[in-house]
Amino acid sequence: MRSIVWPLLALLVILHHDFWFWNDPTLVAGWFPIGLMYHVGLSIVAAAFWLFAVKCAWPTELVDEQPSPVNAGDSAEAPQA
Amino acid sequence: MTSLTIIGIYLVILLLLGVSSNRLFRGTSLDYMLASHSIGPFLLLMSLFGTTMTSFSLVGSTGKSYAVGIGVYGLMASSSALLHPLCFFMIGLKVWRLGKTHGYSTQIEYFKDRLDSQRIGWVLFPVVVGFVIPYVLIGILGAGGTINAVTQGVFPEAFASSGGGIPAWLGSLVICGVVLTYVFFGGMRGTAWANAFQTTVFMALGVITFFVLVKGVGGKEGFLESMQAASSAVAPGKLSREAMPHRIYFAFLLVPFSIGMFPHIFQHWLTARDANAFKLPIVVHPLFVMIVWAPCVLIGTWASAASVGIPDTLPSAAILGFLVNKHSGEVLSGLLTAGILAAIMSSLDSQFLCLGTMFTRDILGRRGGDEKKSIFYARLFVVAIVAVCYGLALLASTAKNVSIFNLGIWCFSAFSALFPVIVAALYWRGLTKAGTYASIITTAAVWIALLRDADWGNNTHYSFLGQHQIVTLVAASTIALIGVSLMTKRPSESTLAKFFPDHHRD
Repeated sequence: MRSIVWPLLALLVILHHDFWFWNDPTLVAGWFPIGLMYHVGLSIVAAAFWLFAVKCAWPTELVDEQPSPVNAGDSAEAPQA
Repeated sequence: MTSLTIIGIYLVILLLLGVSSNRLFRGTSLDYMLASHSIGPFLLLMSLFGTTMTSFSLVGSTGKSYAVGIGVYGLMASSSALLHPLCFFMIGLKVWRLGKTHGYSTQIEYFKDRLDSQRIGWVLFPVVVGFVIPYVLIGILGAGGTINAVTQGVFPEAFASSGGGIPAWLGSLVICGVVLTYVFFGGMRGTAWANAFQTTVFMALGVITFFVLVKGVGGKEGFLESMQAASSAVAPGKLSREAMPHRIYFAFLLVPFSIGMFPHIFQHWLTARDANAFKLPIVVHPLFVMIVWAPCVLIGTWASAASVGIPDTLPSAAILGFLVNKHSGEVLSGLLTAGILAAIMSSLDSQFLCLGTMFTRDILGRRGGDEKKSIFYARLFVVAIVAVCYGLALLASTAKNVSIFNLGIWCFSAFSALFPVIVAALYWRGLTKAGTYASIITTAAVWIALLRDADWGNNTHYSFLGQHQIVTLVAASTIALIGVSLMTKRPSESTLAKFFPDHHRD
C-alpha cells in the first residue's frame, strides 16, 4: 500500500490541471459551476488521500515515539474555562 | 458604532485569552518559544491553518474571483489543499523530530548543525527576515485599512481627515498592541490559543456571511433559487477559466511550497507534542481550505454580474465589505470585520514571535544559561520587532511607487525558491555548505533583479522569458543548489551520521 501513495499524489497533481473543464461554464444543478465543483471535489479527495497516506505511509520510526515524560499529560489543547 | 463595539469586544476577548494563557507559563525559554513541545493535534491544526491563511483568504479571494471568476479556487485553494499537507508530512514531521532531539528553536539552528557551518546564519538570517517583513507589513496595513473602512463616518469631527473613520495608523497601532500583548504574556502557548480562537472565528463568519449574502445577491425567496439566479446572471467567461493562461495556473502550483521555508511555520512544527499530533492537520487542512475559500470564490464570482451593482471604481479588496454593507446589517458587518482581523492577526502573532525568537537565539546566541534572562530578551525583541514593523508599515503606507501588496506575492515566490534548500537538507546527503550558500544568494540576487525589472512589483503582469517570476526563481535556486553541491565538499561523516541514521550502512 505504501508504494502507491506517491504515484497517487502525482496523479492528483496532474488531475489538478483539469484542461477538460477549462472553458466549460456548465452549471451543475443550475448554480454550481462545474470547474469549481471539480476543484471542491479535488479538495475533498485530497483530504481522503492524506488520510490514506497517514494510515499507510506513516513513518514507523515516528509512530513508535512516545511523548516525553516532562510533557505527558500536560497538553496545551484548550484553555481552562 | 455597532461594528466598532463588536470589534472592540472581539479584541478584549483575545487579550483575555492571551493573558490567561500566561497562567500555564512554566517560566522557561523553551516554554515561551515552543510551548514546551506540548501542542496537541487540535491546537496544531488550528495554529498551522490560521497562520497560513491571511486576510487574502476572505477578502482577497472574493475580490480576485470578482475579477477573474471561479478559476481562483484552483489557482490558490485546491493546490494548497493538496500540497500544504505534503509539506507537513515530508518536512514538518522530520523537522519536529530533529528539533526535539537536538533542541532547535529556529531554522538557522538546524542549518548550522546540518551544514557544519556556524556562519550560515549570516546569509540565511537577513534573507529570511527580509522576505518575512513585507509579509508582516501586509497584515499591519490591511488591519488598519479594514478598521478605517468599517468605521467611516462614525467620528466625523474627530477624524475628519480619514473620512470620519478611525485612521489607518491608529487601527494598525491597536492591532499591533493587542497582538503584542498576548504574544508578550502568552508566548507560543498564548499564540496557539489565540490562533485556535481566531481560526474558528474567521471560518465560522465566512460561512455565515455566505448564507446571508446568497439571498441578497440572488434576490429570490428560496436559498437554492437564489443561488441559481446568482449563477445564471454571471458571464460565462467567469464561470470557467477561459481568461486564465495555462502557464500561470501551472506556475502557481509552486506557491504552496513557500510554507516549507516560512520560519514561523517551522517554529509551529517544533511545538508539536508528538508525531501523531501532525495527523489531524495533515488530513483536515484540505477541508478547512475548502470551507474558507469555496464560499468566498462563489460570492466574488456572483458579484461580477451586472445585476449585483458593484461600482466600477470599487477596489477589489472592498467587494466583500460592499456586499455585506448592502445586504446585511451593522452586526454582520462588525462580525465580518472581526473575522477579517482574526485572519490577519492569526498570522501576525506567529510572525512576531518567530522574529523575536530568531533575534534571541540566532543573533544574541542565547541557548541555555539563565532562563529568566533568555525570556526577558525574547520579550524585549518581540516588543522591538513590533515597534520596527509598525514604523515600517507607516513608512510603506506613504510610499507612492511601491505596492506592498504586490511585494507580498513576490515574497511568497522567494520562499518557494528557498524550498529546495530545506528539502535537500532533509533528504539529500550530497547537499553542501557551499551549495546552500549559492542557493540562498542566488535566490536573493535573482529576486532583487526581477523585482527591479518588474518596476518594484508594480508591473502585475510581469514575466521573465515568458514565465511567472516564481518559476525563474525556483529554477535558479535549484540549479545553484545542485550544481555547487556536486562540485564542493560534503559535510563530515559524523554530521551525516547524525542527520541520516542509516548513513554508516551505505
